[in-house]
Amino acid sequence: MGEVKKHDTPKVDQLKTGPWPSFVDDIYSYAEKHKNQACFDIMGQMELSYTNKETHWKHGGIVGVFGYGGGVIGRYSDQQEKFPAIWAFHTVRVHHTAGKWYHTSALKKLCDMWDSRGSGVVNFHGSTGDIILLGTVTDQLEPIFFDLTHQLHWDLGGSGSNLRSPACCMGKSRCEWALIDVQELDYELTMAFQDELHRPAFPYKFKFKFSGCPLDCVAAVARADMSFIGTWRDDIRIDQEAVRAYVRGELKPNAGAFSDRDWGPFDIKKEVIDLCPTKCMYWDENEQKLYINNSECNRCMHCIAVMPEALRPGQDTGIAILIGAKAPILEGAQLSTLIVPFMKVEPPYDELKDFIYKAWDYWMENGKNRERIGELIQRVGLNKFITEVMGLTPIPQHVRVPRDNPYIFWKEEEVEGGWTRDVAEFRKRHPA
Amino acid sequence: MGIEKFKELDPIYTQPYDPTLAEKLYNPEKPMENRITDIGPPYFWQFMPPVIQKNYGKWVSHEIIQPGVLKYKSETGDVVYVVRCGTPRLETTDYIREICEIADKYCGGYVRWTTRNNVEFHVTDEETLKALIEDLKNRKHPNGSYKFPIGGTGAGISNIVHTQGWIHCHTPAIDASGVVKAIMDELFEYFGSHKLPAKTKLALACCLNMCGAVHCSDLALVGIHRKPPLVEDERLEHVCEIPLVIASCPLGAIKPATAEVDGKKKKTVRINVDRCMFCGNCYTMCPALPISDGEGDGITIVVGGKVSNRITPPEFSRVVIPYIPNEPPRWPTTVKWLKKIIEVYSQYANKYERIGTWINRIGWERFFELTGIPFTEKCIDDYRLAYTTYRTSMHFKFTKHVDEVFNAPENYKVELFK
Repeated sequence: MGEVKKHDTPKVDQLKTGPWPSFVDDIYSYAEKHKNQACFDIMGQMELSYTNKETHWKHGGIVGVFGYGGGVIGRYSDQQEKFPAIWAFHTVRVHHTAGKWYHTSALKKLCDMWDSRGSGVVNFHGSTGDIILLGTVTDQLEPIFFDLTHQLHWDLGGSGSNLRSPACCMGKSRCEWALIDVQELDYELTMAFQDELHRPAFPYKFKFKFSGCPLDCVAAVARADMSFIGTWRDDIRIDQEAVRAYVRGELKPNAGAFSDRDWGPFDIKKEVIDLCPTKCMYWDENEQKLYINNSECNRCMHCIAVMPEALRPGQDTGIAILIGAKAPILEGAQLSTLIVPFMKVEPPYDELKDFIYKAWDYWMENGKNRERIGELIQRVGLNKFITEVMGLTPIPQHVRVPRDNPYIFWKEEEVEGGWTRDVAEFRKRHPA
Repeated sequence: MGIEKFKELDPIYTQPYDPTLAEKLYNPEKPMENRITDIGPPYFWQFMPPVIQKNYGKWVSHEIIQPGVLKYKSETGDVVYVVRCGTPRLETTDYIREICEIADKYCGGYVRWTTRNNVEFHVTDEETLKALIEDLKNRKHPNGSYKFPIGGTGAGISNIVHTQGWIHCHTPAIDASGVVKAIMDELFEYFGSHKLPAKTKLALACCLNMCGAVHCSDLALVGIHRKPPLVEDERLEHVCEIPLVIASCPLGAIKPATAEVDGKKKKTVRINVDRCMFCGNCYTMCPALPISDGEGDGITIVVGGKVSNRITPPEFSRVVIPYIPNEPPRWPTTVKWLKKIIEVYSQYANKYERIGTWINRIGWERFFELTGIPFTEKCIDDYRLAYTTYRTSMHFKFTKHVDEVFNAPENYKVELFK
């Protein structure tokens, strides 16, 4: 390898200082150590973007590995003479593990591969969840895929109009509030839908996300076309002695989350009872006892989060399924809509797979190009989606409020006598 | 074709990487030869440390013993300590190797990342915990930034989830990693402390495609365009499907057209610029409609969203500052306003109130007054479902806005009758 060519990057260099980890220092350190021209060039191109405030990546570029329609995103510089080492700088999406746990032996081997076949620049992780390898050329794509599958037993993630790499929270691996085994669910569904993940056949992207509880740490309700969120339907478990310990100030409220400010002594009435959205709790001062009317609880988890040593979710747990979240493009942002309020799930999750296929079949048949399933539901109506598409019976939980207009699409068979009427008979009763 | 669901570490990872193997296996003439497909990611179980495997589903409670350091207790009596560190998300394999070196030294080789780009180290005794924290604090990049700042827990600011920006994306209106670095440098004290009224989640998306789905964050930045796309008549018919381009516009602002270029008739499109809302969806469909512009592009700030169901349901973030120009490398105006919003929120919100729940209590008019953010007609929705955001009640507060616009006689004239 010849001498590397460095670029002047006075603007980008200003991001080397300050306390937050500097990606500029990191990339330059790597560039110097490995004499990596691509890293110098990427910083050079970034400086150009900082000067004229526009990106210098060309639009798209269809590249990939044989037999897959996703997992690799083509990227080409529009400054190929200035920055020849990044003329092609494709992205490779490597499917993260459920819960994002890794062993260093696997990570180091992945790094060795990427040093050898790419720029050495990565994202841990991309927004959807994948490990992102940033920057390689077309000729390296098949070898990278062969290295991943043969030497790392690792597959690509999703991109384009297919199932994107599903993602979950840390679940039962570390969280006491994981009401479902999100990691196992994530892995099993990922494996069951490998074809949908690698070979685009959908109108547009489709995302699964799994959160173990209604606190929703992976933002399933905001980011996933199909959001799976753990919940429970029996009683919150109460350790009354621990409740009293919070009241006496012996335990730190909210597990110590407010430690750097003096909010005064813990006040169970003000901080728990009064903030309960359904007002289903009562603290009896004389008895020193907490009462919860569980049938009125909407499981927001505030009381549990404030007093984690004293309160725990119930043990009759399952998942809720919500459908249709997306970012603003095109019809505006959407949160997922509750479709199934509670479902018991066990491996191999066959009833869940049936449910998913039912939604996909309808979307693939009826969705327009680049129409997310949430937009399709808006277009055809939630009522039709629930009843005719999913074959479910509507319940009040499906809506926040009932409709305010009476413009109901009655069907002919619902109306006595049908719609065929004799106008002559009508005029006999009502002369014009 | 599947790989075993390894409960113990797959022996493949103990074999060194062979940089020559792929060329031996891959035959361009016979692309299916030796091809392994559809194996998915490695099974997660093999990558979890023994204490996590043993106590899977058995955790009873947790405690944040100091910002960024958590202790989990299991019903088996086991405990695990977790140190959470912010990372820039955009990094090199050397940085990942350094994480591996730390995990090898203290954590038996196991490590985990969070959804918000933090890395987490797990240990089972206090002595190792102390040594690990000390070690992490002392690791710095050449120009002094922390490699592994500890924090991101409790009532503070967690790491920013963000997109690629100018480092790697073809449709961004703003940079991502640079803006995030500038913001986190300024808000650094809130990452490693618990002094805010509640958890505060920040996010950045460099265009409206929002691969970061930032629309439900306490505070978020979105890259926007403000100039309609250019139309490259010469090139368009060669690189774009015209019906798809027309259909891509949510406002029906694109129509087919024919243009003469060097005496040749070219099929192309025309944009009704009065209808364009600068979403950029047409450019995603058609490279001959470039929309980025150094002067036109910039940042919108949205606030008050959340995804958690705690106390109140999940909610969208709302636009409060419609546009701030791109100001690389440190985006001072953007950073200034974010800091202002955080400080005002910190001063006025009650304990447990997220930014959005605080604003819902005090009213948006009070939010604009307290922060000093000028309210303009650009914050009034005129897209789909806009009506749901209008105020249709007598529940409002008399903030300075009423006085300035309606109660001062000279302003009254200016504002209402000009």
